[in-house]
Amino acid sequence: MNEKNIIICRCEDVTLQDIYRLMNEGYTSFEELKRILRIGMGPCQGNTCGQLLQREIAKFLEVPLDQVKTQKVRPLTTGVKLKSIVEATKNER
Amino acid sequence: MNAEIVIIGAGISGVSIAYNLANKGVKNIVVFDSEYLTSGSTGRCGAGVRQQWGTKMNCLLAKKSVEFFEKAQEVLQYPRDIEFKQEGYLIVATNELEDEQFTKNVLLQQSLGIPVKKLTPLEAKQIVPHLNIDKIVSATYCKTDGHLNPFTMTEAYYLAAKRLGVTFYFHEKVTDIIVENNKIQKVITNKREVQTHKVVNAAGGYSKEVAKLANVDVPVFSENHEILVTEPIEKIQGPMVISFALNIYCQQVPHGSFIMGRSDPFMPHSHNIESSWKFLDEMAKTAVGLLPPLGELRVVRQWGGLYNISPDRQPIIGGTKELEGFYLACGFSGHGFMFAPMTGLLLSEIILEEPTTIDINELHLDRFKDGDFNAYETSVV
Repeated sequence: MNEKNIIICRCEDVTLQDIYRLMNEGYTSFEELKRILRIGMGPCQGNTCGQLLQREIAKFLEVPLDQVKTQKVRPLTTGVKLKSIVEATKNER
Repeated sequence: MNAEIVIIGAGISGVSIAYNLANKGVKNIVVFDSEYLTSGSTGRCGAGVRQQWGTKMNCLLAKKSVEFFEKAQEVLQYPRDIEFKQEGYLIVATNELEDEQFTKNVLLQQSLGIPVKKLTPLEAKQIVPHLNIDKIVSATYCKTDGHLNPFTMTEAYYLAAKRLGVTFYFHEKVTDIIVENNKIQKVITNKREVQTHKVVNAAGGYSKEVAKLANVDVPVFSENHEILVTEPIEKIQGPMVISFALNIYCQQVPHGSFIMGRSDPFMPHSHNIESSWKFLDEMAKTAVGLLPPLGELRVVRQWGGLYNISPDRQPIIGGTKELEGFYLACGFSGHGFMFAPMTGLLLSEIILEEPTTIDINELHLDRFKDGDFNAYETSVV
């Protein structure tokens, strides 16, 4: 299958070809790739692409999987509307 | 190994300084970063570029930097997109005191050639239709302010600097600066020793600690400023909207998501960059109050980054009298990203002992020695 037809990050539409290209330019960590490709920055926050990318980086660098860091996990766990947060804080004193 | 100049920090300031020096023909420039490109404050900033400041120095640094950003894509021959979008900053005044201050600010900005104007609340609403003008007394607007992608802008400088022969070492931390006879002799990292007589401190949130390695005291501190981003939607907002009194900045980036931040006046000085629920609560209330339709947007992620704050909230750019060959680019107080073109140009001129493009004696470290510096930047979120 053609690398440009293999989607790694569904949220931000990043393909395997995009990732190979950047790794060949020297960006071989999740955080570096994220900053340029937006991989892992969408609604699922890397929950889908995180392990896929970890595996691709490990293969590329020829290192064991456990030596490749996945994305930094940040709040929120799931998308929450701003107005829901406002509502939820209204009854607090 | 040896180096003509060692630059500490590969954020936007460090890469701009490296590029400008290399562009002037300096060879053997080495840049160290303890992590990776844009891993510090640059990669955590709000991605805004504005010229509406309260001090003359900040206005000039910003104006000349915007002039560079307008042609940066071509000058740096960057293959990706720096996403410079000039759709303005709308700064709203919510009380008479702010309104008076803004009238003064606009006069200063206009006198320096910045295309800013004062608006009534209704005029502001024409520019941002979903703005709640109930609490607004007036606004100021500069249409050439705007958005710039911190990651790609930094990479553009980085790639251009590399083409000009600059060497970068990432994941390599500077652990000591060796001084003998009041002259820098060596920079030591966790991996090597470099013989050099010139060091540039562009270490952002860690610039005080880096200066200490050379026994230079810099009166700056770092504090966490939090920020969040929403899911992307179709374009509804052109400019960045700011209120200093309400404590908010908020823009829709070209990608479609909204980025917003505010500061916490009780934040302790530290290098903590964790996220807090308190920020999320306050940010949601402030944003929905000022820009009500944003309430429908889901928050995708929040994070924090360091402001490196100086006593007058203007940057420290220049050499030091204490130590020959030691240069500072720090204390940007949250605005190092947007001043970077001038930071790089001016510091390269200072290092090469050329006349500077603008007079920046006011930005020298020595202004804090007797404690009677004249300016204080009030336009900071």
